[in-house]
Amino acid sequence: MIKESFAEGSSWMHGIDPRLRVTGAVAFAVVVAVSYDFKALLIALTLSLFMALSARLNFQAVLQRLLAPVVFLLLLWAVVPWTYEGDVLAVLGPLVITRPGVALCAQISVKTVCLMLAFMALVATMTVATLGHTLNRLRLPDKMVHMLLITYRYLFVIEQEYHRLVRAMKIRNFHPKTNLHSYRTFAYLVGMLFVRASERARRVHGAMICRGFSGRFVSLRVFPHNPRNYLFSIGIIFSLALLVALESAK
Amino acid sequence: MNSPIIHLSKIRYGYPGGPLVLNELDFHLHVGDRIGLVAPNGSGKTTLFHIIMGLIKPLSGTVEAFGKARRAESDFIEVRRRIGLLFQDADDQLFSPTVLEDVAFGPLNLGKSRDEAVAVARKTLDFLGLNGFEDRVTYKLSGGEKRLVSLATVLAMEPEVLLLDEPSGALDSSTKDKLIEILNGLDLSFVLISHEFDFLSKTAGHIYTMDGGRIRFDQELDIHTHEHAHLMGKLPHRHL
Repeated sequence: MIKESFAEGSSWMHGIDPRLRVTGAVAFAVVVAVSYDFKALLIALTLSLFMALSARLNFQAVLQRLLAPVVFLLLLWAVVPWTYEGDVLAVLGPLVITRPGVALCAQISVKTVCLMLAFMALVATMTVATLGHTLNRLRLPDKMVHMLLITYRYLFVIEQEYHRLVRAMKIRNFHPKTNLHSYRTFAYLVGMLFVRASERARRVHGAMICRGFSGRFVSLRVFPHNPRNYLFSIGIIFSLALLVALESAK
Repeated sequence: MNSPIIHLSKIRYGYPGGPLVLNELDFHLHVGDRIGLVAPNGSGKTTLFHIIMGLIKPLSGTVEAFGKARRAESDFIEVRRRIGLLFQDADDQLFSPTVLEDVAFGPLNLGKSRDEAVAVARKTLDFLGLNGFEDRVTYKLSGGEKRLVSLATVLAMEPEVLLLDEPSGALDSSTKDKLIEILNGLDLSFVLISHEFDFLSKTAGHIYTMDGGRIRFDQELDIHTHEHAHLMGKLPHRHL
């Protein structure tokens, strides 16, 4: 269900300490989110393209993942330019396209693509398990990390249960139609998934406390020292400083 | 006369809204005992194990383990360190991404350092013939492999007593033989639930059954062999 195809790579980006990547991605996101100056945004976009290239991400896979946000952006472009108040850019029949409206759409579009690329390159290049341990090292609360890792593990288990239930329905000739029987069957399916999931959670919790679990999460992962980490940190700090400078020099 | 390491006395338990599953049950386990438990489905065998481990609290009766009465949740922490429970469903036992992390989970919780835990985990996997499984993803293993890995996760804690809930279920004959070899090679006491008589006969010293919510110690089952005849009997062969 979750393929993590970007995590199996061997570019130099994959070798950078995951803690630096996560912190860098978050800092980048914060800076880009509050930037409205076009020079800054375009430089940010170039930076994220550079990050995506360094991580050697598969071009098609990137485009596939950008599809959903692009659909959202198209909706935005369809509505905002002529409903946002401001000085007129063009008139198309009854619709009045305003300059601030178009500017806002453009800013949002650039920010969206920029941050998606950055996160794909920096964060999606590690497995969810590594991400969980990284967040733990970055002092995120134990309970949150625990929830992330267990949710990830149990998505696959619940998917298996779902397939098991659907198979049981199919072999008894269930064909979905728009009738009460079908609706009731789907309701049972969802209900059973909840019940089974909660039962399983109870049993796994029992297994964990039988092996001494007491709420603290200890990870086995070691982050090996890599000299390129320094290059990465300097690069990120410099780029963010540049963006902030451009933004505040308005 | 060695005192029992596990001693249950007059245990009564019934699931909420249901009849009593365990009714004035008495049970004792001494050092070196290798007990087999065989009884029909629903007789309360798994419930018994869960009560010993403190996952369920009985309605009445006392649970004593390692010489002390165990009542509160904190009393059972020591019990869980020294008694290992192998669940009926191996999927309930495996929750870490990789095999090595799952097997090292127990030792890490016992307070060992990362390196010590990894060393113990590797040693346990090696003992079970599972080298090369360290980086395998737990939910992608086959049924038999999952069973052996979950046994590894319990053995890594080096328990004194093992409680095994139907360990031979859904295993092929060669994995079953491996399991029999492993159990006979371990130096600890165990209680084994199984429906398969010849699995029990090769591993357990005493076999008891459960009836009416109690363990029948008086009806001890005797292990014996039957003689039979068929063509080509002199040639070495095995009956499955």
